[in-house]
Amino acid sequence: MAITTRYEVVVGLEVHAQVLTQSKMFCGCSTDYLVAPPNANTCPVCLGLPGSLPVINRRAVEATIRTALALNCEIPEFSKFDRKNYFYPDLPKGYQISQYDLPFSRHGHLDFDVNGEARRAGITRVHLEEDTGKLQHEGAIEQAQSSLINFNRAGVPLMEIVSEPDLRSADEAREYVMRLRAILQYIGVNNGDMESGQLRCDANVSLRPVGRIEFGTKVEVKNMNSFRAIHRAIEYEIVRQTEVLEAGGRLVQETRGWNDARGLTVSQRTKEFAEDYRYFPEPDLPPLEVSRQWVAEIGSSLPELPAARRDRLIANFGLSPYDASVLTSSKPMAEYFEETVRLGAPAKAAANWILGDFSRFLNADHKEIQDASVKPVHLQQLIALIDSGVISGKMAKQTFEAMYRAPDPEPALTAAKGSSQISGDAELTGIVDQVIAENEKSVADFKAGKEQALKFLIGQGMKLSKGRANPQRLEALLREKIA
Amino acid sequence: MKLFQRTIRDLHQMLLDREISSVELTESVLGHIDAVGEKTKAYLLVTRELALRQAKAADDRLRARRDVKPLTGIPIALKDVLCVKDVVSTAGSKILKGFTPPYSATVVDRLESEGAVFLGKTNCDEFAMGSSNENSGYWPVHNPWGLDRVPGGSSGGSAAAVASGEAIAALGSDTGGSIRQPAALTGTVGMKPTYGRVSRYGLIAFASSLDQIGPMTRDVVDAALLLQSIAGHDPRDSTSSTRPVPDYLATLRKGVKGMRLGVPKEYFVTGMEPAVEQAINDAIRLLEQQGAKIEEVSLPHSDVALPAYYIIAPAEASSNLARYDGVRYGHQAPGAKNLIEEYMLTRQQGFGAEVKRRIMLGTYALSSGYYDAYYLQAQKVRTLIIEDFKRAFEKVDALLGATSPTVAFPLGAKTQDPVAMYLNDIITIPANLGNVCGISVPCGLADGLPIGLQVIAPGFREETALQVAYAFEAAADFRKLQSPLMRAA
Ligand SMILES: [Zn+2]
Repeated sequence: MAITTRYEVVVGLEVHAQVLTQSKMFCGCSTDYLVAPPNANTCPVCLGLPGSLPVINRRAVEATIRTALALNCEIPEFSKFDRKNYFYPDLPKGYQISQYDLPFSRHGHLDFDVNGEARRAGITRVHLEEDTGKLQHEGAIEQAQSSLINFNRAGVPLMEIVSEPDLRSADEAREYVMRLRAILQYIGVNNGDMESGQLRCDANVSLRPVGRIEFGTKVEVKNMNSFRAIHRAIEYEIVRQTEVLEAGGRLVQETRGWNDARGLTVSQRTKEFAEDYRYFPEPDLPPLEVSRQWVAEIGSSLPELPAARRDRLIANFGLSPYDASVLTSSKPMAEYFEETVRLGAPAKAAANWILGDFSRFLNADHKEIQDASVKPVHLQQLIALIDSGVISGKMAKQTFEAMYRAPDPEPALTAAKGSSQISGDAELTGIVDQVIAENEKSVADFKAGKEQALKFLIGQGMKLSKGRANPQRLEALLREKIA
Repeated sequence: MKLFQRTIRDLHQMLLDREISSVELTESVLGHIDAVGEKTKAYLLVTRELALRQAKAADDRLRARRDVKPLTGIPIALKDVLCVKDVVSTAGSKILKGFTPPYSATVVDRLESEGAVFLGKTNCDEFAMGSSNENSGYWPVHNPWGLDRVPGGSSGGSAAAVASGEAIAALGSDTGGSIRQPAALTGTVGMKPTYGRVSRYGLIAFASSLDQIGPMTRDVVDAALLLQSIAGHDPRDSTSSTRPVPDYLATLRKGVKGMRLGVPKEYFVTGMEPAVEQAINDAIRLLEQQGAKIEEVSLPHSDVALPAYYIIAPAEASSNLARYDGVRYGHQAPGAKNLIEEYMLTRQQGFGAEVKRRIMLGTYALSSGYYDAYYLQAQKVRTLIIEDFKRAFEKVDALLGATSPTVAFPLGAKTQDPVAMYLNDIITIPANLGNVCGISVPCGLADGLPIGLQVIAPGFREETALQVAYAFEAAADFRKLQSPLMRAA
């Protein structure tokens, strides 16, 4: 876009991520608010009844520190909770327990890439607070005669991850959130679901003339519940703000909501009556001492993070940085890929299938890869059929779609194998003997109790048979022969 | 002597000896409530049926000699700021009219498990904000020593009930003197434990960093007994201490021989009534005669305790009381046209003048631009007061002074002057800010109105405060003094 050349785009993101805990932040209620009947998961504490007192859920604190460590943050030894005071019907106590000047962490950074190029954004802080309830209006909010409140979500632990204003384009913002989401999933603190609001993103967008150091007037954009929405909303804001400035106008500091259907941002009335939240230390909770030993324990339990996995996929499988980045942007997808390859599929082919038709179908259906009926074992078999020349590329595409659409992909896969499938024990026994002879180590491993080794042997059998062996019979025979 | 005139300890013995039943005792107290309740107006709600049901259960326990505790079968009154499951609990406020909590405060649970009998909810200043009980959202309480006089506040109903014979003992709450000052003004014993000694769970909050529940009784032994049963860690209150609770009775009678008792010169405030000053000096001399070493000490920041308190307490209150918005429970203004109007009307109608004043004070003190000058400054003052006490307690074991600079004043005398009213708590507030404990014990009469001696001990040294108070009580024998309403029976 030509118009962005005179102005530099400055974006900072505030991501709210619900922490995957069994119980709420300050009481023992279940965190299930999506399925449970309205107000079923409430108690005097999360309803803010008089005299009730909060008790900190240590697991939520642990998840916050885990997140902060994954984002390279410093963890101060002392932290505390504060009250953020404002009136709203979804806020039962008239204040939200949050963190103000002593959050659990600060000064971190997140590395991500944009079209294969490395970028880094500073993380200002990761802090912990409680979520609010949810209002349901009878009809449109402007006309509704009454509103209902569901407090099941009130008190669900919520992390706020604040970035520095280091992002310079809508692309960067989207990639940042994708990488952040992947990290949260990898470390098991959030399920990454943006549509249901378990991961929410607000963007502070401003422009400044190229070369200027001071920031321009910032606009806070809310209501973006997909990566695409984040990208579109920021793009829209850049154009809108540029036009205002070009026309000699002035921008106002405000909150704007993204309207996905109309593709534009709309100025929102703030929900608070006053902007002054009157933060002060929460007197019902003593300050927390975060022991160095605890931090070290949490740090040592962190799994491999997306950046490391991406580098490993490039090094081990020769994937392009772009493919490796996309594959590792979701933990389930990366695991799917690695499993498919482990079963014997060539890495490049597996990546192409996962990032190609498979992702296209999943996106269209708003589905995650782990929910698909096609499992790595099916994809591996399909790829084997192509490699062995049993089916053509074109036929493979049709087969894949049939497999994807069916609740059980086996029939479509079997159909593709057609009459060429080897089910007869006589022919299969030959293959099995050869597999056993050529893979002594795996045979030994399996005998030693490693179930994984058998999967490998089955994969070898499929390869030898050019994908035509009946996998169930193959497995049965292998077990028989080795035992 | 009528049953309702006796102490917990006496009655416990009589119950153990099967001389009386808890039902008899409870009926005796309920009968006296019927007789004088209209005069004191001490109760907002008398839970007659609940009391008799609990008394019967206590009698079963006593008969079976199963799990008998010092409070088994003893009729006790609860300040209305304490939540009792399925019993209307309003904190003396119209905004909570009819509010019936589905849970009990931890202290209530503990008394219940000991087999205590609940007489009802006692009147108090709305949300415990006041020093005369005239800020009750329902009606004022009258002092059993002179019905035209205030009983003190905010636990005025509890104090009046114990002083008039309408309860054997009561629980109150003390944020700036709300147990000790009414105890002094009604000739009863009232103790504010150290912050963290007693769980606040289920106590309708006024100022969370200062509130503490404590006993209000006829004598020091009863105070020790009642404290013993309510003190201790509660996992539901993160600010409650995990320190073990000592056996308060074990050290009670040790006397003051050889103890060093400090008299802070700052506690003889201007405006103190001469008769009060006289009674305090007499009390100090009596303790000296009992073998205590009396020393003058200084708590140099006492003069700024009151202003600091009137920043911190309202600041916390402004936040604590935000939940009363008419959305989920309590009063909801009818006919509001929109959300903001509903908030405004509900709170306008539901809160009394003093509560509104403190919400405004607190909101102001926390507002951006004022926070550093007020709230933060007040917290620094609080630190100085904590240091004052620490230094004093390096030299002495406990501190002595008046509880209130005056005896009970006439109803209506100070209602037009909030600052004059605030000055009632000038000698009790430092103990709340300083994280120490204090007890008020009767030390004489002036024109037929009681005077209270305050004993302050270091944090979590309740046994020391009780020990000094008991030594004084035993030597002075003001314990025999009974209010006209109690005597008349
Ligand atoms: Zn709850």
